[in-house]
Amino acid sequence: MPSLPAANPAIVARRAAIAADLRRLVPEALIITEASERMAYECDALTAHRSAPLLVVLPRTAREVAAILRYCHANAVPLVPRGAGTSLSGGATPMPDALLLGMARFNRIVEIDAENRCATVQPGVTNLSISQAVAHLGLFYAPDPSSQIACTIGGNVAENSGGVHCLKYGLTTNNVLGVELVTIEGEIIRLGGKHHDSPGYDLLGALVGSEGLLGVVTEVIVRLLPTPPLARALLIGFPLVDQAAATVAAIIAAGIIPAGMEMMDKPAIAAAEAFVRAGYPLDVEALLIVELDGCPAEVDHLIDLVAGLATAHGATTCRASASEAERALFWAGRKAAFPAVGRLAPDYLCMDGTIPRRHLPDMLARISAMESRFGLKVANVFHAGDGNLHPLIMFDANIPTEIDRAEAFGAEILRQCVAMGGALSGEHGIGLEKRDLMPHMFTDTDLDQQMRLKCAFDPQALLNPGKVFPTPCRCAELGRLHSHHGALPFPDLPRF
Amino acid sequence: MPVFHAATPQQVQQAVQTALAEKTPLDIIGGGSKRGLGRATAAGHGLDVSALAGIIEHDHDELTLTTRPGTSLGEIEAALASRRQMLAFEPPGWHGVFAAHGAPAATPTIGGSIAANLAGPRRIRAGGPRDHLLGVAAVNGRAEAWRGGGRVVKNVSGYDMPKLQCGAFGTLSVLTELTLRLVPAPATTSTLLIATETLAAACQMMARALNTPQDVSAAACLPAGIAARAGVPRAGQFIVLLRLEGTSPSVIDRAATLRRQFSAFAELDTPESKAVWHDIGAVSPLLANPDAMLWRLCPTPSLAPEILAALTDLSDQVFLDWGGGLIWLAVPAATPDAAAASIRAAIGPHGHATLVRAPAPLRARLPVFQPLAPPLAALNARIRAAFDPAHILNRGRLVPEP
Ligand SMILES: Cc1cc2nc3c(=O)[nH]c(=O)nc-3n(C[C@H](O)[C@H](O)[C@H](O)COP(=O)(O)OP(=O)(O)OC[C@H]3O[C@@H](n4cnc5c(N)ncnc54)[C@H](O)[C@@H]3O)c2cc1C
Repeated sequence: MPSLPAANPAIVARRAAIAADLRRLVPEALIITEASERMAYECDALTAHRSAPLLVVLPRTAREVAAILRYCHANAVPLVPRGAGTSLSGGATPMPDALLLGMARFNRIVEIDAENRCATVQPGVTNLSISQAVAHLGLFYAPDPSSQIACTIGGNVAENSGGVHCLKYGLTTNNVLGVELVTIEGEIIRLGGKHHDSPGYDLLGALVGSEGLLGVVTEVIVRLLPTPPLARALLIGFPLVDQAAATVAAIIAAGIIPAGMEMMDKPAIAAAEAFVRAGYPLDVEALLIVELDGCPAEVDHLIDLVAGLATAHGATTCRASASEAERALFWAGRKAAFPAVGRLAPDYLCMDGTIPRRHLPDMLARISAMESRFGLKVANVFHAGDGNLHPLIMFDANIPTEIDRAEAFGAEILRQCVAMGGALSGEHGIGLEKRDLMPHMFTDTDLDQQMRLKCAFDPQALLNPGKVFPTPCRCAELGRLHSHHGALPFPDLPRF
Repeated sequence: MPVFHAATPQQVQQAVQTALAEKTPLDIIGGGSKRGLGRATAAGHGLDVSALAGIIEHDHDELTLTTRPGTSLGEIEAALASRRQMLAFEPPGWHGVFAAHGAPAATPTIGGSIAANLAGPRRIRAGGPRDHLLGVAAVNGRAEAWRGGGRVVKNVSGYDMPKLQCGAFGTLSVLTELTLRLVPAPATTSTLLIATETLAAACQMMARALNTPQDVSAAACLPAGIAARAGVPRAGQFIVLLRLEGTSPSVIDRAATLRRQFSAFAELDTPESKAVWHDIGAVSPLLANPDAMLWRLCPTPSLAPEILAALTDLSDQVFLDWGGGLIWLAVPAATPDAAAASIRAAIGPHGHATLVRAPAPLRARLPVFQPLAPPLAALNARIRAAFDPAHILNRGRLVPEP
């Protein structure tokens, strides 16, 4: 199990003094010191890792955040930003020697600008509430993580979160136009805006998905899209996983990019059906949900095309939704897949690797072979359209060694993803959970280059330490340039 | 100026290592079609990477393309079109923007388009190069070969290093391999033409159209006087162009709805549409006078009319793309300082302006790119140093550097 860096006892000993300093500096911010109240923040959704934070600070303005960060910078106090704490990778796991900077009070929608199709929101606003606030204008915010009722846009920015509709509409990074960011020095800067692109380097691009390691986001401008007039879903069952995978490939090859294309394997289908009674067929090995949206002429045309492809590839059930209620029902099972699996076992680990789509059947076969090797069961849900796997590894934390086996199982799946040309994380982030697997995907040089980027923002590594990188940032060492003292390394390199 | 020629990533590494040892900056040259873009710099060694070219893998099933950066846009477009796929960001190439009088235009490459982060009219719907670059291999200013990102669409494993390379003009690393995400090419394209009398009305109309659920994939506005240069029939003072793409039944249906809603006076079919939008991306309507200086403004779209109203004395040579989010402005060659101060004052904090084409002495003296606020400029300088501490790569191309 990956562990956090050892707590610095000198900082822990200064808890009361730091709290007193902060009370003076930011009298309006809420500061929680009481041990029992700090426990409420002891973990995020990666519940295997728990430790109460040094202090919890809940500011409400960018100026307060700036004052807090300036203080941390001057006094070398680390801090962990936190939104709703739904991270599955331990991105918001607290540390006993770090402030937990809770952003929940940044909960206002600042402006809705229909003409420019964007909204300015504070980072603690929940994902779903943005779409709800603009629905009356016929607009919506596209990225829709399953946790959208709870998770915050600040957390989404930090994790570059996705959802079932990002196949067509992109991830968070493609739907954020700008942010206000507080740097560790306490400077308030703006990246991007309502305009397209920006002068200078694409720092917004680097910030999205940076897991709270580069700065604290205090405002976000999101892109809004017109709501499609119609969405219909197909529920398609196959006797063989290969047939489902081949159908996915055939849909893409036909030039169709559905709004969403999700796949579930037999255990996931059974769990979801038992939980929500969505009417899923139970006699199939794989289920696809394919959603098509747009104008009615387009949707009806594509529904027929996709249904034809599914039948040609051996589908044994293929139902098209005839109403919004039916479409919602098709999705209900998929959207509740995590809690449904949660009923089958006391605990589960949700993995998040990505592979090229064509390897889906091979990957499933390998996972089922691993099941017997590790002695644990898995239910699989996939964002099939973009090869993003979510194997849910079931275990019981009360049985000694089960958690270790589950983590080893997960690591093996992720290593296999990388071996197939994929990635360690598609949308949940590296955090603490996958940190030590980074060298499987990147060389030392690659990681050093990433760490130098971190050093450009936060040379003392105070922001969310112990996450993402398997070794601490050695900024002074990484910054040195080894010169060759004038000796020409390649005297015969052609020059014309 | 001696020029290194690199046809492999190893040769790029050797050239950078040599330049480091000699403490001489390298000017990275791909196809050479955009050498006139950016600050004019003191000459260092050249690093010609045009031979670092060729498609490595077009993975049709996975919708990805892995290529060397020196590959010409033409070669890539042809290869993708043969499998009915495309780059969604519609790299505009700007073939004619920097062509010297009478000389044949240099070849735009994919690497140059990424380094300059250039997107065409579909930018408003599909995003820019930054939204489609999945992975890179590159050589930094320490002569180290590194990789970032990957070959899959969804990937949050570490920082999004590819995005930082988009628009960096080679100042962070020399790109040696790119993996791009592809999309299916639409079977049908249609363009509606609508006449309006004022720019403000045109901009409102574009915003209204983009707010409909008809999935408008491009929205531009041409003054009647220059419309003909993009092959667009004239009517009224300004012509709004709205593009629809997709399957034939869908395009027919959506075009009918929009035609009614906006009283379009004409509709262009697929080949006509492709030609017009190519010309708009290529800035063709403003290229009649090869001596004029060209500005590219990216404002908050709804503010375009206000910004242009403040600049009416400067130029009648203007057109809008990206629903008003992109303004192309030609100013006469004799304009002192290319009117930089008025243009940047007009846009204020609501976007940015780039002096795309101007004589080299002017581009050495004036900021070509919008100057950054001091804390942001300092952060940019630290990021530059994180990749290239000795400022070996394209020194001074973005901002003055010692
Ligand atoms: C049941 C369930 C379903 C889920 N489904 C999905 C899904 O479909 N798709 C998906 O992508 N994810 C999903 N997730 C994961 C999770 O919801 C996302 O990662 C989400 O974006 C986290 O948001 P949060 O507000 O909870 O952030 P937190 O968990 O509090 O924090 C996440 C990271 O963001 C940083 N952070 C938070 N706020 C800020 C800020 N203002 N400035 C800087 N850094 C900040 C933290 O330091 C941390 O690194 C799911 C999680 C659960 C529990």
